[in-house]
Amino acid sequence: MSKKHLENADMETAMSRVDGRVKVMGAAKYTAEVQLPELTYGVLVESTIGQGVITALDTKKAEWAPGVIAVISHLNTPGVPEYKLQNQDVIQKQLRVFDSPNIYYNGQPIAVVVADTFERARYAASLVKVTYAKQQSYSNLEDNLSKAVVPKKAKSDPKGFTTDFLRGKAEAFRDAEFQVNEEYIQPSEAHHPMEPHSIIATWEAADKLTLVDKTQGSQQTAASIAKSFQLPPENVKVLSTYVGGAFGSALRVWPHEIVAILAAKKVQKPVKLVLHRNQMSYMVGYRPYTLQKVAIGASKDGKIVGLSHASYGKTSMYEEFTENVLIMSRMMYDIPNVDTKYRIVPLNVSTPAPMRGPGEATGSFALECAMDELSYKLNMDPIALRLANYASQDPDKKMPWSSNYLKECYELGAEKIGWNKRKAQPDANQEGEWKIGYGVATGTFGAFRGGASAKATFKPDGTLLLQSAIADIGPGTATSMTAIAAKNLGLAPEKISFQLGNSTFPKAPMQGGSNTVATVGSAIVATCDNLKVELAKRAAVQKPEWKNAIAKNIKIVGTQLINSDDASSKVEIASLFSQDNLAELVVKGDAAPGEESKKYSFYSFSVHFIEAHVHELTGVVKIKNAVSVIDCGTVVSPKTARSQSMGGIVGGIGMALMEEVVLDDRTGRTVTASFGDYHVPVQADIPQMDMMFVNERDPYLNPMGSKGLGEIVIIGVAPAVANAVYNATGKRVRDLPITPDKLI
Amino acid sequence: MIENNTREKEEKELSGNSRRDFLKKSSVITAIALTPVAAVKASDLKLDEKLSDAIEQMPLSIEINGQQHNLKVEPRTTLLDLLRERLKLTGTKKGCDQGQCGACTVHIDGVRALSCLQLAVMNDGAKITTIEGLSDGDKLHPMQEAFIKHDGFQCGYCTPGQIMSAVACIHEGHANSETEIREFMSGNICRCGAYANIVNAIKEVKEGGAI
Repeated sequence: MSKKHLENADMETAMSRVDGRVKVMGAAKYTAEVQLPELTYGVLVESTIGQGVITALDTKKAEWAPGVIAVISHLNTPGVPEYKLQNQDVIQKQLRVFDSPNIYYNGQPIAVVVADTFERARYAASLVKVTYAKQQSYSNLEDNLSKAVVPKKAKSDPKGFTTDFLRGKAEAFRDAEFQVNEEYIQPSEAHHPMEPHSIIATWEAADKLTLVDKTQGSQQTAASIAKSFQLPPENVKVLSTYVGGAFGSALRVWPHEIVAILAAKKVQKPVKLVLHRNQMSYMVGYRPYTLQKVAIGASKDGKIVGLSHASYGKTSMYEEFTENVLIMSRMMYDIPNVDTKYRIVPLNVSTPAPMRGPGEATGSFALECAMDELSYKLNMDPIALRLANYASQDPDKKMPWSSNYLKECYELGAEKIGWNKRKAQPDANQEGEWKIGYGVATGTFGAFRGGASAKATFKPDGTLLLQSAIADIGPGTATSMTAIAAKNLGLAPEKISFQLGNSTFPKAPMQGGSNTVATVGSAIVATCDNLKVELAKRAAVQKPEWKNAIAKNIKIVGTQLINSDDASSKVEIASLFSQDNLAELVVKGDAAPGEESKKYSFYSFSVHFIEAHVHELTGVVKIKNAVSVIDCGTVVSPKTARSQSMGGIVGGIGMALMEEVVLDDRTGRTVTASFGDYHVPVQADIPQMDMMFVNERDPYLNPMGSKGLGEIVIIGVAPAVANAVYNATGKRVRDLPITPDKLI
Repeated sequence: MIENNTREKEEKELSGNSRRDFLKKSSVITAIALTPVAAVKASDLKLDEKLSDAIEQMPLSIEINGQQHNLKVEPRTTLLDLLRERLKLTGTKKGCDQGQCGACTVHIDGVRALSCLQLAVMNDGAKITTIEGLSDGDKLHPMQEAFIKHDGFQCGYCTPGQIMSAVACIHEGHANSETEIREFMSGNICRCGAYANIVNAIKEVKEGGAI
């Protein structure tokens, strides 16, 4: 392992989370914990049928219950102005809240009870009586495949991954000597961040709204709400200072947020609405149930001749949801003939949402399992098979990679997990009652960068405040941004504070799609550079040689400003303020991507190795060892990067072994709404884990040399587990999760 | 459709701040044998709120983080909601509200418990410790320090519950091996997946002998 590569992180010396103290003290205020005067509580009433029409809604008892201020439904909603501007016939929008008596899915919000305490609102919600004209609902994908449609996005974005695609010859796998042709099922998965989705809505004036809201994008939520309620954009303020996880569930405005705003309008007081855990399964999206058909054909030497990949995913009756399930099949391997087909099936379910590694995690499960199956048919090592089809440039965009260290990833990980202990034949390695197997799979996700701004406020005592609207759902954004600023300026991290999660702060993207460090980090670099140039300008008043100083050579060391080009020219920071009687210095910085994406193809890569032990009698799977090797460019914050990667393995283990949203297709009702029924990994499920980072700079994406991390750490984990289970048992499970009943 | 005229009339009756109107209409009238006229009068005098105090709420004497509270609470109020909504001690988190996630873990008389599964009134005379009471003023508890050092969290929402459980895990004598820690910490879900770091934090505190 070269010196540059990072293995795990030195916990003694690596920088700890800057918000660690408030979090371990319980002092960090998440959405539902913000205190406001005259706060009222909203509790949702939801539909109990999958499709139909409300014929009567009896709210009398609820209204007369103690403490109840209002019951709001389609009968008395103040209304969402945007709905009137929409074409009522075209159902391609988010669910129109309380807009009609129509029911599109089981669990749809149909009323809200507002009371002076949570207990009173909850009780009164149970008193609302609903009568329906019930219709048959349809929620099973396989039963309704005939309703599959090409998404509208395929037409509006013909170069996207939902459009039917052909490179070379269609179904070329049929000509090959060795073939795999199988179906794979990814069931629906719920994000279930530990903090339930919450909002506190307050109308400050008839046209002015403040929201404390769980969101991955304060500015995007503000813009969306301003549009819905036809308010001047600057009159909607959104705060999301602390977000207790999201994994994609808070990337858009959901019906419960609209409900809270409508309720606050009705009662003219702040309304707090917190979803119950069980509502988190269907109120805020989910990874959609997806059926995939993958066929690969290869010659004897392992060279893949053709790949065909089709995907059928669930969506709601009122809105199309699409994701990049097929991207990896187009770009991961050097295959001359590739055809892909993407379809969605509108059903009586709520709209899905991107969930960590959206699409790609689903697609990689099918592709990387199929690759594994092919390796056994060829009697070839799975790593050798992947290397035989390694793409030295992006075969989809036909452009060079900005950086690609996949070969290093395979090599480092194989050594770490002890790949040489793997038996080439399945079901050939046993210790006592446990069958042992090893699996590998690859992950990839586009490395993106958007535009962002930041603001710096620098004080004579050398403290620096940085601000950005970006959210932090857990990766440690304030920490990585502080690290970037500290490195750029030379300033001690303790001198820097980073404020985020406020729509009035400088422009930032949503925290999603692994682009925060690349995007906001670049704005921080630009802002810090501007600050240094500004300081140099002021220093030139005292010492003219500062006129020629360039940002990269300027550093703040202790109380002094230093120019590494000219050591004698140092000046006291405080004097730069006192010379002009300044109390503080405020500078801004903007950063945006350039033309680089026209020249290079940007992707992050990961390779995951799993050692699984399967009990021969009970079929219980224990993951013993997990190794992730990650090519995410330069690692900006080693401690938090390692934690984020471990979280990816944990999420991947859940996906592989236990997570499944089950619907009762007779009613469309979610059966597995609670943690008692929807299992997520707990302490006892967790293996020994090793995180390895190639830590080689990407030269083109951003000034830090980084690429995205948050998605690639989960993409590929589930197929690595499935492949390890096959190696252990000889049983190929193609429908997740791999529960014991499928192995005995 | 419900007849709009009736609804409007009812809404008028219910409008404003007459949220205690229930006395006029609910079965409480019969329960306390007031005539309707007397009930309306009682409502106007806000006697209904006082009445509510008497019939809907129970006295509760409870010590939280060393501070004595003498309260009146509804019997249906959970300890968790009492802490979060009434006493503004929001360090204790609500993750599932049904005893499945561990985010609301507190110590009751030194023993870890899920505060969402406790009615507040069940704890009359009890001593409760929440995350806010764990540190010694500004000086963090060793477990809190270890969580920071080992990065035992990401989003931080499950963290107070994890820390309260971790401290109890050691006190119970259930932190003697990694396997044992994992078993006895499995009631606390961390969706960000900081589990391995949490184990390392607990191991360090246990080995350090500070608690």
